Amino acid sequence: MIIVFIETRDGKAKKSSLEALSEAKRRAAELGVETAALLVGGAAADGSAAELRAHGPARIYVLENAALADYSPQGYAKAVADIVRETGPAAVFFAATAMGKDLAPRVAARLGAGLASDCTGIAVKDGQLEFTRPVFAGKAVLSLTLASTPQIATLRPNVFPLEAAAAGAAAEIIKKTADIPDGFIKGRVAEVVKEQSAEIDVTEADVVVSGGRGLKGPENFALLREVAALFPRAAVGASRSAVDSGWIGHQHQVGQTGKTVSPNLYLAVGISGAIQHLAGMSSSKCIVAINKDPEAPIFKVADYGIVGDLFEVIPRLREELRKVLAE
Amino acid sequence: MNILVFVKRVPDTESRIRIRHETRSVIEDGLNFVASPYDEFAVEEALRLKEAKGGTVRVVNVGRDEAVTVLRKCLAMGADEAVLVKDDAPETYDGLRTARIIARAVERKFAGADLLLFGKQAVGTDNSQVPSMVAELLGLPQANVVTKLEIDGATGTAWREVEGGMEKVVFSLPAVVSAQKGLNEPRYETLKGIMAAKKRDIPVVRLEELGLAAEELGPKVVITGLDVPPQRQAGRILQGEPAETARELAALLRNEAKVV
Repeated sequence: MIIVFIETRDGKAKKSSLEALSEAKRRAAELGVETAALLVGGAAADGSAAELRAHGPARIYVLENAALADYSPQGYAKAVADIVRETGPAAVFFAATAMGKDLAPRVAARLGAGLASDCTGIAVKDGQLEFTRPVFAGKAVLSLTLASTPQIATLRPNVFPLEAAAAGAAAEIIKKTADIPDGFIKGRVAEVVKEQSAEIDVTEADVVVSGGRGLKGPENFALLREVAALFPRAAVGASRSAVDSGWIGHQHQVGQTGKTVSPNLYLAVGISGAIQHLAGMSSSKCIVAINKDPEAPIFKVADYGIVGDLFEVIPRLREELRKVLAE
Repeated sequence: MNILVFVKRVPDTESRIRIRHETRSVIEDGLNFVASPYDEFAVEEALRLKEAKGGTVRVVNVGRDEAVTVLRKCLAMGADEAVLVKDDAPETYDGLRTARIIARAVERKFAGADLLLFGKQAVGTDNSQVPSMVAELLGLPQANVVTKLEIDGATGTAWREVEGGMEKVVFSLPAVVSAQKGLNEPRYETLKGIMAAKKRDIPVVRLEELGLAAEELGPKVVITGLDVPPQRQAGRILQGEPAETARELAALLRNEAKVV
């Protein structure tokens, strides 16, 4: 069995968790084992179970305890490790989200198992999982196997194909009460503060519109926001120099000391393409560079480039994209 | 407050990575090594907490002798003490092994710490494993990817970055906290600090002193390959007036790349 930890937001399974579940199903089929989805939370944890069925796990475990109503790495790690010990899966997958990255290492340490972080590929070789993951923010790629059971991995969002939901699948729902002794949890999330804008994170976006020094000032990120607004799942990114100049928050930074992204479309606007930036975005499916310097290194990785003044190009490109999207 | 900060020596972010295929390792010749950038935020935060509340800041590296340059930098920034836990193993990419060494070192050598600070990840291995694993092994609460930290008596409050917002995490001390960019602006070493740090003795803890079983040190990660990714090919440069190139680009994205 492969167990997939399902993270929920506003009572719905996150897309990145469903991607992990899809990948688990594909690998489980090769290994000849089943998949199970795992929901952890307070009394309302099973609200997502019915929806999850359509994504085809054989089993859905729901671990409930009032002490788990708020996320706590300690409590969640114990609940997950306990069900793993009880059911003995071959592998446990998490999405490499903020929560997955926080929780999976605790679960692995609790079980004394190794962990493959932020994987972008999983293969079955000689009946064993082999994981591929970028290191040095994508300047190199590491392949590894794990000499421990279960095989625990976090899967990078936006990389593994999501299988369409199918009606009529009948997963068995197994409810359990998680055992969390009093005083066990010494830290918990007290509050979640959502960002004011409805903007999604650069790591989760299908389209990333990034700006660098060429924008000349913080106010001109508005140009990029207007382009991003054309798409349903788009985010604004930035180079390190734009962030270090204080033009935009560091949560937008793409590159080696920022985030690694792999959207369908990455628009690099006024970004020269320092090696640490290229590391963070080179796995994007399609890269477009707009820069006035024809020698800028960003053009070496771009599928399409426009050498020109971004202040002239971007408003026109926005208009042309709007027309194309309206067709 | 007694604060421990764990730092790692890594190639700087401008490094071009080359691979020695026979050993599946990174070629170190010609690389410029620095303290992992996120670790600098952790050191700075420790120094600020000490300045506000008193106590000591002790910086620890698990690694080879070469890492003393990174430890000296931390001393020059203002850390009270630096310790090398000497581990001659080449890069294992195995967070659990490092976490076990650190957790045992904390128990045996650095007992009584109120706060264990880390960078949110080491630049390079990019694992983001060790802080959470150390917290689990020691039974401590954690807050990772933190951009704001407040300590009030035996309670900590940390704001950590999550998709589309922040989580406010409340925890009791002792605890593990890992730093994200934005937590602070690390100070530069002063010349006086650099001169003083050069003369400092850096104690060495040998792995054998920690009494870890061979099984605990045996890597769980088996490296089966390490390579540079295929180079992206430079694509097409569109020529012409902005209105023209914009129209052409939109059409190519729709019809050729099929991404819009």
